[in-house]
Amino acid sequence: MTSDSRRSFETGRFNFASFFFTGVTGLATALILAILAVILLNVFINGWSGLSWRFVTAGTEKDMFDVDKAGVFPMIFGTTARVILMTIFVIPVGVITAIYLTEYAHASSLFTRAIRSAVNNLAGVPSIVFGLFGLGFFINFLGHSVLDPALHPGHPEIIAWGKPAIIWASLTLAVMTLPVVIVTTEEALKAIAPGLREASLALGASKLETIVRIVLPQALPGIMTGGILAVSRAAGEVAPILFTGAAYYMASLPHSLTDQFMDLGYHVFVLSTQSPNVDKTKPILYGTVAVLLLLTFSLNLVAIFVRANMRKKLRAMN
Amino acid sequence: MAITNPGSKMNDSWVGIQRGQRVRPWAWLVEKGIFLVSLSAILMIFLIFVFVAREALPIFLGQVSTASGQKVIPVADMEKLTPAELQAYLGLTPRQYAEMDTDTKRTLMEVKIEELKGISKDPDTALNTVAWRQMIFGHQWSGYPAPVYIWQPVSEVQKYNIIPLLLGSLKATLVALLFSVPLSLGAAIYVSQLANPRVREWLKPMIELLAGIPSVVLGFFGLIVLATVLQKVFGYQSRLNAFVAGIALGLAIIPGVFSIAEDALTSVPRTYTQAALALGSSRWQAAWQIVLPAAIPGVFAAVVLGFGRAIGETMVVLMASGNASIVSWNIFDSARTMTATIAAEMAEAVVGGTHYRILFMLGTLLFVVTFVANLAGDLVIHRLKRRLEGKSA
Amino acid sequence: MKSLFQKLSFVAAGLALATSTHAADITVKGSDTLVVLAQKWAEVYMGQHADVKIQVTGGGSGVGFAALQNQTTDIADASRPIKPAEKAACIKAFNKVPTEYKVAVDGLSVYVNDANPVKELTLTNLHGIFTGAIKNWKEVGGKDAPITVYSRENSSGTYEFFKEHVLNKDDFAASAQTMPGTALLLQSISKDKNGIGYGGAAYGSGARAIGVKKDAASPAVEPTETTVLNQTYPIWRYLYNYVNPALDKDAVHAYLTWIRSAAGQKVVKEVGYYALPADLQTK
Repeated sequence: MTSDSRRSFETGRFNFASFFFTGVTGLATALILAILAVILLNVFINGWSGLSWRFVTAGTEKDMFDVDKAGVFPMIFGTTARVILMTIFVIPVGVITAIYLTEYAHASSLFTRAIRSAVNNLAGVPSIVFGLFGLGFFINFLGHSVLDPALHPGHPEIIAWGKPAIIWASLTLAVMTLPVVIVTTEEALKAIAPGLREASLALGASKLETIVRIVLPQALPGIMTGGILAVSRAAGEVAPILFTGAAYYMASLPHSLTDQFMDLGYHVFVLSTQSPNVDKTKPILYGTVAVLLLLTFSLNLVAIFVRANMRKKLRAMN
Repeated sequence: MAITNPGSKMNDSWVGIQRGQRVRPWAWLVEKGIFLVSLSAILMIFLIFVFVAREALPIFLGQVSTASGQKVIPVADMEKLTPAELQAYLGLTPRQYAEMDTDTKRTLMEVKIEELKGISKDPDTALNTVAWRQMIFGHQWSGYPAPVYIWQPVSEVQKYNIIPLLLGSLKATLVALLFSVPLSLGAAIYVSQLANPRVREWLKPMIELLAGIPSVVLGFFGLIVLATVLQKVFGYQSRLNAFVAGIALGLAIIPGVFSIAEDALTSVPRTYTQAALALGSSRWQAAWQIVLPAAIPGVFAAVVLGFGRAIGETMVVLMASGNASIVSWNIFDSARTMTATIAAEMAEAVVGGTHYRILFMLGTLLFVVTFVANLAGDLVIHRLKRRLEGKSA
Repeated sequence: MKSLFQKLSFVAAGLALATSTHAADITVKGSDTLVVLAQKWAEVYMGQHADVKIQVTGGGSGVGFAALQNQTTDIADASRPIKPAEKAACIKAFNKVPTEYKVAVDGLSVYVNDANPVKELTLTNLHGIFTGAIKNWKEVGGKDAPITVYSRENSSGTYEFFKEHVLNKDDFAASAQTMPGTALLLQSISKDKNGIGYGGAAYGSGARAIGVKKDAASPAVEPTETTVLNQTYPIWRYLYNYVNPALDKDAVHAYLTWIRSAAGQKVVKEVGYYALPADLQTK
């Protein structure tokens, strides 16, 4: 660093290097945002004409490729059902893990580090590997080798659990989104002032009481954010449900946990690769993409802003 | 009442606070329960590895063979075979053999003859194509002029060479990294160092919004929009190829790479920048010469984690890469990745069959690669943060 | 722990639900070629039989056979006959050879881009193009341009049929792009001047089907209802349904009988395939 550049800064004179550097990095930022905008505009401009009240409420009984009649209600239902089921599994486990990590564990202990490392690694496992896991563990092992023989002893021909089903898809997704819930809940728990805990203890509450009565209620928005983030991540995932439960076509809505289901994301895949006439069904395709994006985006938007607020609070505290 | 936490030392933080009075037994149980549940993440990683690798184990151990050197045995000669011979000839497990009646075995004999007659006189049928040698090195199959790397799992002679798939994955991932890392890094520097704080509050969530686009939508976008536009711009021959898939894949990993890099840059203490500014450097000099070098391990980690994410991404490459299993370094050629192969072929594979196990082997490979990438990335970030915190204190 | 209780009660509810499955639930799985037809059949049939629920899934003929063998489906849709190895696997799984029903006839079209001047190809030409021996359109009377070959995923019956009957079981060229569905294949060809691919007639819009000659001397035949049904068009096949004989009774049997009746075959024509010859139909 020569003294020249410093002087130029001090005098506020135009500095080419500074301009260039800011320009290039700013351009990169702008480009990312532009791509985002292009995708959104493309989807919503093309999808707008396909979107209607009928489209989101109609089923596929008539013909899932008929532009005038087909709707995506069964897919919306399937996707919603599988993410709700998923949250039922993932929220308790994720929140309890986060409670252990923030309230009980010592940051330096080997266990804590192993858990954190596992959480980070879980977040990095490819989604298709979760699909394989769902197939190998939930369907072939738990369903086929454990539950079916146990529930119908002597009837090897009955296969109720050892096949793709909404419950297995949800469980697979629950494993996949576990890190999201853990990390967000942890953030929320850390954002609660230690003074609150100390006050509660000083008033004679036990540690567990403090966590359940004081800490958890305070952390509720954070926990919900974790849930929302997990749901938004899971709602659009297709690879983990390819072999664990998504159906190409179903005449009726799933009515039990062992039924397969139609899914928004998978339907996007089906429409873009297997429709009888790609050009003619494009309105349905764009419409489905628009619905899927509306769903994941609104969830994400909420989560991001709640989270940003929480982070601000956390920063202000430290 | 001590809470189970082996190896921990008491300190005076909240974690160490213990009540003087005796805790009720149910509370003790609940706290034990909390501890047990917290191990779920570890358990899951373990289960994923075990159950994915389990299905692929016979391949790793070399217990599967596709070589078929069997002679045709006429149905009439069934009685002449010993049970053990018959069981081996029909490929039955002892339990299946015991439970099967003679008529069924006779039918199976007939089918077996049909099967063996159907096999062509191709000398390669005698070859075990799932031996490591066949899966990794090129082989001169009958009818081919030179040794080649071929993935053709549905064929007279099933060819399971994984080189085209590895290459396909690497090609698409490389394009994705080359496209997304400079962009995300530039954006991370801009957002964390140069942008006006009020703008920053908006920019960050906006870029993170990109993560809200499901990969199937990015695949759709790549397939319907990008493929056409990029072909017009670059004029290459094959419309769907590693390049298109790589760009779409890049979009999928931008938010992740950006977040980690931005996080690393932000974790460099303000005092560094302040000191540089006080000494008279400009903002960009402070960012480029002080903050970036300090955060460089974090940037490295972002790239490594981005690599793990890109190589494991499925729907984008399944839809936009063209899926031709060619051995070619040309990024404008079509490519078939490991993930897309699993997604496209798994549904067809017979549970427990050779093809099924090979696909699980690809899954195990993916798991190991991403696991190592994640571990490396995490380690680097962990060290970096500790170092920066240590210095800033 | 309220959450844990919720979880448990949910699982219990699930168990209760799962045991009360309908008696007249029919699952159909298999060929993507047949899935549109199978779905149409299901819709029409369910319109007439309110008590029957039919679930249709695609994925490819191999998927159907795998599911039949794993007993995760009642009916396997297939666009090719069952292979001996698959038959053997079924015997091992449920001691029976699956019952085969021919349900429709399909002509396999070879598609090229609308702008391609090539109007007809011999079977030998097709063999050369799809195995990679012929690499340029000028070798078969077209422009001087490299050929882009589009194929289907290896789980599709269309892939196997083409491989067996046109490629004589030789391998597809490694450079062949494999598409997860015929629709995508067709769309790719419609955007690629030099593309060529194959697929079922039901998907036939967006690109042009070309005439196929049995050999250089014979006339080129385009796939139409007449040419496919009188078997002058060389690339045609039956479409099949397979069922575990133990399950081929009651609702499933009634459904399979209906499919092959005049009423079921009427649907075949609506979807764009060809009805079975009269001797294969049920009364």
